[in-house]
Amino acid sequence: MNRSTLDLWVGIFVTIGIAAILFLALKVGNLLTVTNAPGYRVEAAFDNIGGLKVRAPVKAAGVVVGRVEQIRLDSHTYQAVVSMNIDRGFEFSKDTIASILTSGLLGEVYVGLSAGGDTKMLANGDRIAKTQSAIVLEKLIGQFLFDKAASGPAPASGTPANAANAANAASAK
Amino acid sequence: MTTQALAGVFRRIGGATLDSIARLGFAARFSMALVTHLPGAFRRLSLTLREIYFAGVLSLVVILVSGLFVGMVLALQGFDVLQRYGANDSLGVLVALSLVRELGPVVAGLLFASRAGSAVTAEIGLMKTTEQLSAMEMMAVDPLARVVAPRFVGGVISMPLLAALFSTLGVYGAYLVGVKLIGIDSGSFWANMQAAVDFRYDIVNGIIKSVVFGTAVSAIAVFEGYNARPTAEGVSTATTRTVVGSSLAILALDFVLTVFMFRGVH
Repeated sequence: MNRSTLDLWVGIFVTIGIAAILFLALKVGNLLTVTNAPGYRVEAAFDNIGGLKVRAPVKAAGVVVGRVEQIRLDSHTYQAVVSMNIDRGFEFSKDTIASILTSGLLGEVYVGLSAGGDTKMLANGDRIAKTQSAIVLEKLIGQFLFDKAASGPAPASGTPANAANAANAASAK
Repeated sequence: MTTQALAGVFRRIGGATLDSIARLGFAARFSMALVTHLPGAFRRLSLTLREIYFAGVLSLVVILVSGLFVGMVLALQGFDVLQRYGANDSLGVLVALSLVRELGPVVAGLLFASRAGSAVTAEIGLMKTTEQLSAMEMMAVDPLARVVAPRFVGGVISMPLLAALFSTLGVYGAYLVGVKLIGIDSGSFWANMQAAVDFRYDIVNGIIKSVVFGTAVSAIAVFEGYNARPTAEGVSTATTRTVVGSSLAILALDFVLTVFMFRGVH
């Protein structure tokens, strides 16, 4: 084959190959909008984190402002300590409330931040004092059944023992 | 009589063991020689370009068509399962992650091994059979630098580009089926995909995989060709060994790389 034709074909091949990598990076991976700028780290302790995972989003008013970096168990308080990396450019007041939320019934678990009114802002290494744990669906159902049994048309006695029996009966069904 | 037969069995086992150890030793020596000759492949750029043409450009058609069809099938099958859970919008995520992380590098690697690797082995093997390699040595031209290194480098350069093209065409095929044919909303298809695919974690790891597979396939292909018995049967055996060996190498390496890259908790 002619030398320059060969060069042309190799050039075309390499060009569309690099274009494909760029397509993957920009259109599929959305490299442009996701800034990997190092943000600042804040921590929050939760009684129960439910299904929260590392790399889960941190959202404020539904907007992604950071990612969960690390989850560990504090062996003194038996609370889960979640370290979050918040993008630089988003500032939150000291009395921000962090809660663990789920988008939809089966959706992903994320950390929601609701800003407070303090004039001081969270800085690198700070800990969010006010937190709200994940809602565990099983506990919620258990509580609902218990309430239902306690307030239902059960025999008038209404002692706690009877109520507990009624709840057991309800859950056995 | 029985003792003789038994001795024959042991002799054959011993011979096969010694053969494979010698082969391993030759492979190690060959890899070292190949590494020292790699800079030569860049000095003889026109030879390397020719190999990129044979390994890369001529593989384009099979890679592009397979990528498109794999993406379309993935979209149809993924939609079938996802719609049971009302998660149609996640189709883009499913397709993009499976293509970029696994299917792109692995299927492109398998196709590359059977399309380009076998051709390289057959070519080098036939050069050896027709004593072209010996003739080069007589003319003080090192066949490793002149024949082997450009083919190796050409394969290593072509493979990541082919894998990226495969993934791209796959995503486009999924877009065609998911958005144009089935009617998923185009905005949620792309937005969910972009939210879920991470550049460093997914795309760069996929590219690393394809570079590793390209290196493995090219190394096996040139080695089998160089090591082929100089007969017609030897060349055919070497070609088969290239396809089987590099396919197994790709799948095994893929498992090892996946364990290190995507361990779930990281």
